[in-house]
Amino acid sequence: MFGLNLDACIIDLPEKYYTLHDYEKGVARWCPGCGDHAVLSAVQRLCKEEQLPPEKTMFVSGIGCSSRFPHYMNTYGFHGLHGRAFPVACGIKFRRPDLNVFVVTGDGDCCSIGAGHWIHAIRYNMNMTVLLFDNQIYGMTKKQTSPTSPMGTMSNTHPHGSVLPPINPLLTTLGVSNVSFVAQTADWIPSHLYATIRKAYEHPGFSFVKISMRCPKFMPAAVDAKVSDKEHVCLLTHENGVPVDDATGRVFSNHLEHDPTDMNQARQLAANEEISYLGLLYQNKAALRYDLYGAHNLNYTPEQKIAAINQELERFTV
Amino acid sequence: MNQRNEVSDTPVQATDRQVKLKQHVVEIISDSGEGAQKAGQSFGAVCAKMGNGVWTVEIIPADIQPPPRTKESASGIRIRVGSKKMTNAGDEADLVVAFNEIAPYSRIDQHAFKKGTLILIESMWADHDAPEVRENYARALADFKERGYRVFEIPMEEECLRVAPGAKRGKNMWVLGMLCHIYNRDLSIAEAQVAHSFRKKSEAVVDLNLKLLRAGYGWAAGNLELRFDIPAMEQKQDMVVMNGNEALGFGVLAAGIEVCSMYPITPATSASHQLAESIEQAGGLIHQAEDEIAAIGFAIGSSYAGKTAVTITSGPGLALKTEFIGLGVMAEVPLVIIDVQRGGPSTGLPTKVEQGDLLAALYGQPGDTPKIVMAPSTIEECFHFVILARQIAEAFRVPVMILTDANLATGVQPFPRPQLRPEWLAPPIDQSAWQKGVNPYAWSEETGMSKRPIPGQKDGMYTLTGLAHTEAGKVSYSPEQNQHGVSMRSRKMAAFGNSLKPPRVHGDESGGDLLVVGWGSTRGAIEEAVDSARESGYKVSALHLHFLSPMEPGLKEIFDRFKKVITVEINYSDAPTDPMITPENRRYSQLAWLLRAQTLTDVDCFSNVHGQPLRPGNILEMITSRLNH
Ligand SMILES: Cc1ncc(C[n+]2csc(CCOP(=O)(O)OP(=O)(O)O)c2C)c(N)n1
Ligand SMILES: [Mg+2]
Repeated sequence: MFGLNLDACIIDLPEKYYTLHDYEKGVARWCPGCGDHAVLSAVQRLCKEEQLPPEKTMFVSGIGCSSRFPHYMNTYGFHGLHGRAFPVACGIKFRRPDLNVFVVTGDGDCCSIGAGHWIHAIRYNMNMTVLLFDNQIYGMTKKQTSPTSPMGTMSNTHPHGSVLPPINPLLTTLGVSNVSFVAQTADWIPSHLYATIRKAYEHPGFSFVKISMRCPKFMPAAVDAKVSDKEHVCLLTHENGVPVDDATGRVFSNHLEHDPTDMNQARQLAANEEISYLGLLYQNKAALRYDLYGAHNLNYTPEQKIAAINQELERFTV
Repeated sequence: MNQRNEVSDTPVQATDRQVKLKQHVVEIISDSGEGAQKAGQSFGAVCAKMGNGVWTVEIIPADIQPPPRTKESASGIRIRVGSKKMTNAGDEADLVVAFNEIAPYSRIDQHAFKKGTLILIESMWADHDAPEVRENYARALADFKERGYRVFEIPMEEECLRVAPGAKRGKNMWVLGMLCHIYNRDLSIAEAQVAHSFRKKSEAVVDLNLKLLRAGYGWAAGNLELRFDIPAMEQKQDMVVMNGNEALGFGVLAAGIEVCSMYPITPATSASHQLAESIEQAGGLIHQAEDEIAAIGFAIGSSYAGKTAVTITSGPGLALKTEFIGLGVMAEVPLVIIDVQRGGPSTGLPTKVEQGDLLAALYGQPGDTPKIVMAPSTIEECFHFVILARQIAEAFRVPVMILTDANLATGVQPFPRPQLRPEWLAPPIDQSAWQKGVNPYAWSEETGMSKRPIPGQKDGMYTLTGLAHTEAGKVSYSPEQNQHGVSMRSRKMAAFGNSLKPPRVHGDESGGDLLVVGWGSTRGAIEEAVDSARESGYKVSALHLHFLSPMEPGLKEIFDRFKKVITVEINYSDAPTDPMITPENRRYSQLAWLLRAQTLTDVDCFSNVHGQPLRPGNILEMITSRLNH
């Protein structure tokens, strides 16, 4: 018609452009001032920037305030059992390489009841982004001591102060064989939070991000000091690390150039109890990945399967 | 005849004539590592090939490497051969081949022999260098005689050494040859079997073992006057011979289950060993998790993502899986859970049989957690039930538990080779767009059933939660909503139960004096006992349940046709005569509890926790004593 070749005019548009709105679901019911809100925004932004199809994206969590996260994402979600997000996430990823898997876990969820799974999930090194919401307290159950609570923390289970030194999640993760990505960030530095989660998302393997998290309700003291006293924060810089933008770099003026392949230095930095080093502590893209093993024999045809079983049955036939 | 051959007082029966038998129980026992099991398996395979019914079960020492010539080291195999299909390991042994005089005592402890049991024992110990060995041997032989066994001394090693120097280790194949002659087996079938079982070895090894086989056969022909024949049925079909765990493994493969996620535990582990051999070629994988909780969590994750999964465990592992099973029920995730039961509670009797997990399977989780529980009663059913379980799990969006036990796990039985069907295999996952507006839990008011979205399905996004939730999958603590959700999950049980047929009475459907009810691995022994009792005129029948939750329908009506109903189970119950026990406080065995509650029938029970498969003879005794009473 009119001598126009319509086919030639059609531009190859992406099927759909996802907006932030496409990833939002409901109204998050965390306390005002809770750090979880900031992570939610950063993650939704990541999904949009990366144009992750919501149906191909999975958030897996355990139980806790932080583990409510999947309910606020308009993606697939698995809000399972306290401490058990890792096995579920690994099971999902094992035979579904096409899914983008995120794990959201709390300090109690990951470092206490789920500690065994945490260690093994590091070692499995399956491609997933792990966000540890470390508010150093049990939020959901109303202020009990967490394994990451600093010694002396007054809680409902230790009204006179907790009696053991805390677990250091970074150091623990760095100590597990086959570890491939360890980073730290903080909920109150949005640009760094976003850049770190993005770096983690891009890493091909189990990317562990410890997010220092405010719990204004039960643990205001723990983080307030760091929020106000910038001397206790040091940003790690490196061309292969988490990028630091100028504004953030100016506000947090302590910087340290750290090569993320340097495991020894990573461990030293992680062990420092005075200063929080934010950024990429360690990365090894070559670590062995169990999800690649899991996906090596997908989609066999019924004929292939039956032939293989018949061959095996042969051994048992008299 | 060899001079030292027969030491019994009673002469052996008819020399040139074969004694015709309906069935015989043979045991081969040795120190572990002497190959008794291989000899027994081969003998079983030869019998199966000739068309006999066979049930074999291995006798396994508890320790990995116990010291030789001790009771703890006794290792071996029991082979029950019959004219008809053999459904259980039978009563006491009829014929025993013993590689030393100590091994039989481990079986005597288990009451495995009877007066008249034939014991064919390696005679080399009589001339052993160490006097204490010679003495011990002589003492044992005298004791065997005292106990009424008929003892034959067999120069096994001496004869093997004649075939080839250093042929000591081939004693088992020589014994196989001897047994083949005693039981009138076709030597060429035995030769083929031996060649088959050594096919991965060098030609020289195969030849040596064939020589030993023939030597044993020939020696028995020239020196032994034991000749038995167990007529066989004509064999038309190809048969497979495997144990229950292997059958479970094949079931997993044939169901097209892609992920088997497990943590090692006796007696379940060997199912995964079998799978590990072949699942990869069939397009699936085994995941050995860090513990049983992770194993089921992994399986649930996999299944949530559309890849049906199975987790295989035993009692202690089942206990750990409890919370995830509850989540599976709550969030309606299809899953197959296999529990190969062992003796409990706690670590209990790891290698022994018990049916003690029934109530834990049904009620082991907090809250109301209706799920489907089924129990295969034969090795063949172990295979088919996995296929069925996957289909039910998917259709009803629910965890399905399969209860087997150590008896089925280790029992070996031939059955017709399955003709695999593509429709048994899990279909590829649905990745078409989800219909907008349809909830992830759009429960049918009628059946409680709903269809689940699979990650990857456009517009199907929802967050699975173990919290109380609405049809939309939204967390809700509303009283009505919770009542509704719980009742919808329960309604699925009714919907499934209504699709089941009433179980078939074995014996007389119209009724009688006693109905013996069982479940799981005890079926063969129960029905054999009931058949014998009926032959003697007792009005007794058997009923076997394959579904325990929900139960098959029509039970009450069947029970009403019998004067007495009793369950036979391998789990604990108080005896009515025990101190302190009254009809009110008596703790019944597990199926009996369920049947009493479900049918308001005064169901009695007969059970023990000896860790042994029930013998038909014991059940028969129970039947006759109840009915003569
Ligand atoms: C098996 C089990 N044990 C205990 C609980 C109770 N519980 C729920 S959340 C929680 C602690 C959560 O703390 P954390 O993981 O730090 O998450 P937060 O709420 O601080 O984000 C506990 C103990 C549970 N739900 N399940
Ligand atoms: Mg916390």
